Amino acid sequence: MNINHHLDDATLISYSAGALSQGMALVVASHLSICPQCRERAEHSDAVGGALLESLEPETVADDMLASVLTQLDELPTKQESVPVTPIVMDPEIPAPLREYIHCPLDQLEWKRIVPGVAYYDMPWEGHGVSRLLRIAPGKAMLAHTHNGNELTMVLRGSFSDEVGRFCRGDVADLDDQIEHQPLVDSKVDCICLIATDAPLRFTTLFGKLVQPITGF
Amino acid sequence: MKNRPPGEDVDNIVQLSQAEMASADWSDLLGRLAVKPDKSIYARLFNHFAPRVKAYIVRLGVAISAAEEVTQEVMLSVWRKAHMYHPDKAAASTWIFTLARNQSIDWMRKQKYPQYSLDEWSETACESGQGEQEVLSDRVAQAISQLPEKQAQVIYMSYFEGRSHGDIASRLDIPLGSVKSRIRLATEKLKQIWGGDEYEH
Ligand SMILES: [Zn+2]
Repeated sequence: MNINHHLDDATLISYSAGALSQGMALVVASHLSICPQCRERAEHSDAVGGALLESLEPETVADDMLASVLTQLDELPTKQESVPVTPIVMDPEIPAPLREYIHCPLDQLEWKRIVPGVAYYDMPWEGHGVSRLLRIAPGKAMLAHTHNGNELTMVLRGSFSDEVGRFCRGDVADLDDQIEHQPLVDSKVDCICLIATDAPLRFTTLFGKLVQPITGF
Repeated sequence: MKNRPPGEDVDNIVQLSQAEMASADWSDLLGRLAVKPDKSIYARLFNHFAPRVKAYIVRLGVAISAAEEVTQEVMLSVWRKAHMYHPDKAAASTWIFTLARNQSIDWMRKQKYPQYSLDEWSETACESGQGEQEVLSDRVAQAISQLPEKQAQVIYMSYFEGRSHGDIASRLDIPLGSVKSRIRLATEKLKQIWGGDEYEH
């Protein structure tokens, strides 16, 4: 697969630091699962964490912790990881980290319509920002918006174009509040994206402002 | 990584004082544990890493009252998952860091931090060819200590306090974009360690 749009360094650091929201981390993990380039960079970010761990002033741990752990070791299975989480479907369209939460093909999800040609499916958690799949029909545009924070979008099917460029399957748009954009779906099929924000979107058109309360963005 | 002949291990290792151990040695030890369960090797790793894991998870926000329990869980998973460790892919400290991070977040959020693994999407997955990761990790530490204060600050706030970009921005009262550009600048400096303009974002 040819990936043209990758994760920002600042996003990778935040992921590695464990500082991303659940939704943002899911987009990052999904992209990493298919992008060797970003994965190598993520390993470097983890190495920063390792060096920082090593640099910490050690805390005292209970004297008997080691003894207690050593007695537990015998009861632990080593080789096989408990039971590997076997995904129910191996739909190649769905990146592995997302399979934890999506147990059927994308077309069979219960999509909720926002306006004609635009539907969403929410990830099963609450948070400050958005974490959902978006499904947009060919030729449709998402509402023009800016962000108060970061926005991550990964294309799972189809493609879209915006002021930044063209985004196809596997690509990730990693944007912040510097950018106002209006993505337009330019594929023949519906464009399905995994999207997350760490703050509510800010719509810039009057229509957007009107539907904002309805869409829950 | 130094290649010692097999069998020469434990006796030699215990003669090393802990203070003299460089990160490559810890990776070497964990690499041995990966091949064969060995409680004496595990105990040495435990004594070195458990107090640091505890220090880390408390900073990240695990309640003091739970810190011992979570530390114990992390150290148990070191034993349980040791066979998955590859010394040429990551330093021991890096590998244990990711275990500690994931388990702290799972504990704090009651939700699994999304993790990546190889996927069939990536037919072309190139296995990272860097065989000297564990040697490089000492240089990572050195590079971090040489970062300008403002860049080090955002790195620390990320890794030690688990703060998002937006959170750091409001704490420091600077725009979100400045937080991100400070992190990017820090990353640029660290990248030189990996010899890395091989990948330009
Ligand atoms: Zn990438």
